[in-house]
Amino acid sequence: MFKKKECVAMLLAGGQGSRLYALTQQVAKPAVPFGGKYRIIDFPLSNCTNSGIDTVGVLTQYQPLVLNDYIGNGLPWDLDRAWGGVKILPPYQGQHSRDWYKGTAHAIYQNMRFIDQFDPEYVLVLSGDHIYKMDYSKMLRFHKNRGAECTIAVIDVPIEEASRFGIMTIDWEQRITNFAEKPREPESTKASMGIYIFNRKKLYEYLIADAKDPASDNDFGKNIIPTMLAAGEKMMAFQFDGYWKDVGTIASLWEANMDLLGQRPVFSLDDDSWRIFTRHSPLPPQFIGDSAKIKNSIITEGCEIGGTVENSILFPSVRVMPGAVVRDTVVMDGTVIEEDARVQYSILDGNVHIGADACIGGDRGAGSGLTVIGEGITIGAGQTVEAGIMLPDLR
Amino acid sequence: MTAAGLIFSNIHDQSIPQMTATRTMASLPFGGRYRLVDFALSNMVNSGITKVGIVTHNNYRSLMDHIGTGKDWDLARRGGGVILLPPFVTAYENPRAGKLYTTRLEALMGVMEFIKHCSEGAIVLSDCDAICNIDLSAVLEEHEEDGADLTIVTKEMHLSRSESGGGNAIVYADEDGNVTEVVEHTRLLRGEYDVSTNIMVFSKSFLLTLLLDALAHGYTAFYQQALSYAMGSARIKIFRHDGYYAKINSLSHYFYANIALLRAQTRDALFNVKDRPIYTKVRNSPPTRYGDGAVVANALIADGCRIEGTVVNSILFRGVQVRRGTVVKNSVLLQDSGTGENVTLNCVIADKNVMIRDARTLSGHESLPFYIGKGKMV
Repeated sequence: MFKKKECVAMLLAGGQGSRLYALTQQVAKPAVPFGGKYRIIDFPLSNCTNSGIDTVGVLTQYQPLVLNDYIGNGLPWDLDRAWGGVKILPPYQGQHSRDWYKGTAHAIYQNMRFIDQFDPEYVLVLSGDHIYKMDYSKMLRFHKNRGAECTIAVIDVPIEEASRFGIMTIDWEQRITNFAEKPREPESTKASMGIYIFNRKKLYEYLIADAKDPASDNDFGKNIIPTMLAAGEKMMAFQFDGYWKDVGTIASLWEANMDLLGQRPVFSLDDDSWRIFTRHSPLPPQFIGDSAKIKNSIITEGCEIGGTVENSILFPSVRVMPGAVVRDTVVMDGTVIEEDARVQYSILDGNVHIGADACIGGDRGAGSGLTVIGEGITIGAGQTVEAGIMLPDLR
Repeated sequence: MTAAGLIFSNIHDQSIPQMTATRTMASLPFGGRYRLVDFALSNMVNSGITKVGIVTHNNYRSLMDHIGTGKDWDLARRGGGVILLPPFVTAYENPRAGKLYTTRLEALMGVMEFIKHCSEGAIVLSDCDAICNIDLSAVLEEHEEDGADLTIVTKEMHLSRSESGGGNAIVYADEDGNVTEVVEHTRLLRGEYDVSTNIMVFSKSFLLTLLLDALAHGYTAFYQQALSYAMGSARIKIFRHDGYYAKINSLSHYFYANIALLRAQTRDALFNVKDRPIYTKVRNSPPTRYGDGAVVANALIADGCRIEGTVVNSILFRGVQVRRGTVVKNSVLLQDSGTGENVTLNCVIADKNVMIRDARTLSGHESLPFYIGKGKMV
């Protein structure tokens, strides 16, 4: 059965996504729904498949039930391979150590034996927090051509936002000369996308050394990358120019969803050359009733729409009853909005029930912020949820 | 009782020749994202049947493409799963390979080997064009309780000059549900009748006996000859299905059956039954995107569409494009078909990949919808 793989991907999916508050109470951040019928993790997984990488280890830790169930045998992403495919890698107990994943580097360190099975030259490290379409095979080719030990994908960000990211300084041949994690005064606008390609042997040297250092946070950004750079390893920056969005906050998650709308969307999912795969449920087509008014929205299977839907993203099996108005809102699976209810500038998680005549959120222009209603919450008929409120409030 | 399934994929191809020229009746697209065979397959899967043979005749490329390994119906199995059963025909003289079958009975004789090799006690037969969501395990249970040799699932229909029950056989039964007579439909019948849905449960041994008898007598007709012959001695029961049932026997029936899905009762009876979803091939279409100019009322729309114009009383399959200024009314637009700008459509059935260019006006009538063949440009 053994066959060597050139490159194995390791997808870090243990993140809690604590800044998504109510949306990540029951699910890890990579399992958060996005774009009508997807989950965040569909993007890195589909990118792998489309880039010809068929061996992916998914490192889980926080609330793994939904994620495990969702990934299953990897069939939706064509990752149900006889040799390779997608494998869930939870933390485990060993004879000498038993630990949760202490950091991103530690998570990979714990799973070196998984990687070894495939004897790859290269290891691609991904995170499950971003929305983007990227051809990793181009990055791998770049990595090989430049003879690098490590290649980090970078994207230009506005200088005022640069201090939120890991910032690279690069020279004329795109070699990384300096790296600063969330610098107060950024030297450049090249932000790390959290996508790394390492030569496996070199990566192991540093992972093993890092694991022995009790003072280390066992983190790629904080420890491994700076140490490698200090040691003078050849590290390259791979420039990415497409759409890339960190959906780590409620506001950025909402924005990324809205980027799918418009005559020419900033980010389009309708792309035959780069399909985003997802796990489908057997639902009938959407039904649009007589009294429906729909403008500039994305709606998917199983929905029944009788009311008004504008600038919104509707997930499967959402019901909007006649007279209800949904505006500038992301509505997740199975949520019901009863007659004459009004929902504005909000994110409604799955299986929420909004009673008749209820009023959720406020006008987007009013500046009072997004309203978030968590999974399964019922808002009674005629009730009001003020703009900017999060239910349940976990802040 | 364990059961295996058999689906006839080409039966009734001739009832809608426009659309079955390059496909089987089984792979006829229906209801926005389905193909007819999805109903028969899902009904079987939802009733715990995990071995299904699909009897094919010709034109089954689209069917093979749709079924694939069967994984979308959870029928990619080690033992069983979905098995296509093409006929044995050769280009040269060959006494073992017969002629292509022409009747249900001949089709069954052609798959006798499959039936023999089933270890299951019962065989569920279904036509591919039985549009219904039925709990077959209830039929199987009753079949077993009654100790029946054959149970025929019927639907009570009001027959008239315009409603012929799809030309299906009429089943007569006594008060205890014992079938006394099965006759081919005639045009003269008026009133309420139990019409066979062509879904039936056979005890395997009885089915084999029936086929061997038919072979010995040189029978070709299933109901008139083989079943009539067995009627006296066998225990044949009726099972009345009281849910939704539709069968397609002409282009206008196809049109009506699709448009009927705009009624909530029809959708609920077919698609929103608890624990009995209708599965279909996954195509990975993105959600449907509505533009600023979209006006949509009373429409069933699949994923992957882009709507900029007006859509009323219509069914849109996956990947349909409706551009600005276009009005689509009372129409059925199949997968990946599309319109240019300022097009007007009324009572049109556009087959797959049809392109209707700017400013065209096309109209049929609901009794005679205007059909545009696969891949045509207007």
